[in-house]
Amino acid sequence: MSLTAEAGKEGVYWTHFPHQADMGVRGVGPTREAAFEQAALAMTAVITDPARVAPDTAVAICCEAPDDELLLVDWLNALILEMAARHMLFSRFEVSLDGPRLSATAWGEPIDLDRHQPAVEVKGATYTELKVGRTESGEWQAQCVVDV
Amino acid sequence: MNPAQFKQVSEVEWRVAPFGKMRVPAVIYADQALIRDMDDKVFEQLTNVATLPGIVQAAYAMPDAHWGYGFPIGGVAAFDAEEGGVVSAGGVGFDISCGVRTLHTGLTAAEIAPLKQRLADRLFAHVPAGLGSTGQLRLNVSEMDAMLRGGARWAVEHGYGSEADLDRIEEHGCMAGAEPGQVSDQAKRRQRDEIGTLGSGNHYLELQEIVEIYDSKAADRFRLRPGEVVVSIHCGSRGLGHQIGTEFLRQMVIAAPGYGIELPDRELACAPIKSSLGQSYLGAMRAAINCALANRQVITHLTREVFADVFPGTHLSLIYDVSHNTCKQETHTVDGRSRRLYVHRKGATRAFGPGHPALPGDLRDIGQPVLIGGSMGTASYILIGTEAGTTRAFSSACHGAGRSMSRHQATRQWHGRTLVDELASRGILIRSPSLRGVAEEAPGAYKDVSAVVDVADRAGLAHKVAKLSPLVCIKG
Repeated sequence: MSLTAEAGKEGVYWTHFPHQADMGVRGVGPTREAAFEQAALAMTAVITDPARVAPDTAVAICCEAPDDELLLVDWLNALILEMAARHMLFSRFEVSLDGPRLSATAWGEPIDLDRHQPAVEVKGATYTELKVGRTESGEWQAQCVVDV
Repeated sequence: MNPAQFKQVSEVEWRVAPFGKMRVPAVIYADQALIRDMDDKVFEQLTNVATLPGIVQAAYAMPDAHWGYGFPIGGVAAFDAEEGGVVSAGGVGFDISCGVRTLHTGLTAAEIAPLKQRLADRLFAHVPAGLGSTGQLRLNVSEMDAMLRGGARWAVEHGYGSEADLDRIEEHGCMAGAEPGQVSDQAKRRQRDEIGTLGSGNHYLELQEIVEIYDSKAADRFRLRPGEVVVSIHCGSRGLGHQIGTEFLRQMVIAAPGYGIELPDRELACAPIKSSLGQSYLGAMRAAINCALANRQVITHLTREVFADVFPGTHLSLIYDVSHNTCKQETHTVDGRSRRLYVHRKGATRAFGPGHPALPGDLRDIGQPVLIGGSMGTASYILIGTEAGTTRAFSSACHGAGRSMSRHQATRQWHGRTLVDELASRGILIRSPSLRGVAEEAPGAYKDVSAVVDVADRAGLAHKVAKLSPLVCIKG
């Protein structure tokens, strides 16, 4: 599988970066929201090819945190909880941010072991290599390591 | 890592004297080759651990140490509550009480050989493995709480195994002090249908042949005979433990400044043992230990069902069950004084030596079995706790091979199908729901487990008893 997504829109993409035991996820976009959405997509790609996951069912997610970095970890951990408790995978995300508050919709479908061939379960998003901010070129980047 | 950063105390012990905010030294048990292969992050993380309040004696790293979260994986640190000591959610990790248990089958490799394929297929079909798999049990609220209080004892009371199993599990199968009330509804929701599942990543169920004996006296006592086959199960507290780790890590990150704790790394999030947050975490973490013990007990039952069907009349008896991601209150002698300490083992195995009162009566005179899992396709080992271990790293040993390569690199280097075929040609059958998962867990992505175990032996952390070679591996 490719470790970098095809950019759907100019400047919006995700990547993985290495960690010795686990995997780093990074989302990049013109806004904080887009970077958070792409980071979520990068996390799905740790498990399976996101293109195999049909965005059929919507799940609402809200969280709040004292800073952007904790908010990213909360957002990814909220998705991990929904994936685990609902036995779902997600492939489309829409994030709204209002100061410390995040409200989002994630679209996905129930896990189909034959079709999705999930490689690994994500246990949790961590504070390792955690960064949310603008790069020198002005785009937003949101990243952390996820424990698998 | 560059060995020059350390003072070499012996061939297998390396020390960093306290500098900066370190309260105690950092000590690594490894030989020069293992040190050179370790990521620089191990040095950074271990010296960070040494800055935490109330740490006693030293921050230790085992020979399989690698870059973890806050603590290195393979890290050991003990804290004294009376001296402002802390408990760290990061120091236990997400997969609370992840561990290994090994069972006798009473069968030889030759007896199993004709039915090996069938056995592999039956185990893969019967023991849920991989993401999205669910167990047969569905626990309601009161059943969940009873499981979190009772651990493997709860499982045995519900028909999964026997009283004899409990004797061979740390804490006699039931961790005292568990408080299900401290476990969130989300964590319980995540666990509803996950009891009796292996999980994924590096978790497995393996059939292994005993191929070498190093200590015949201990091997006799553990009833290990060359040519015989054992079953090893490696898994933990599943979604419940992961959720507890996630939630308390967050709470401790936010609360730390209020306790006057300066965190060199947010992943080292901790709270004073005597604080209400510290006590809540201990109650929840102990409940997760019970969850892991119940989980391995139910998987044992499923394994026994398959064996009873394929080899009628066999009985799988438990050799021992160890947990390698925990914080436990233990008594240790430090500077000639007996002290109650909270020992964190993050990717490290408890290795009590002869005479320890926590060991079952029939093992007390010789010491605790220490189960070391290798990577898929390589060897595993059974060791025994030593008398000398009490003076090294609070009676702890390594827990496995330890990764030497990221999953990212592994998938670029190996293909799952090719690996499965190669291993099959060597007589090792792999069953896994995901070929990419197999590639990520390629044997070459791990350190040489034999080198790790040899150092543990030479350092006196634990002594080698037997070597196990895989025949069948059900990968999560």
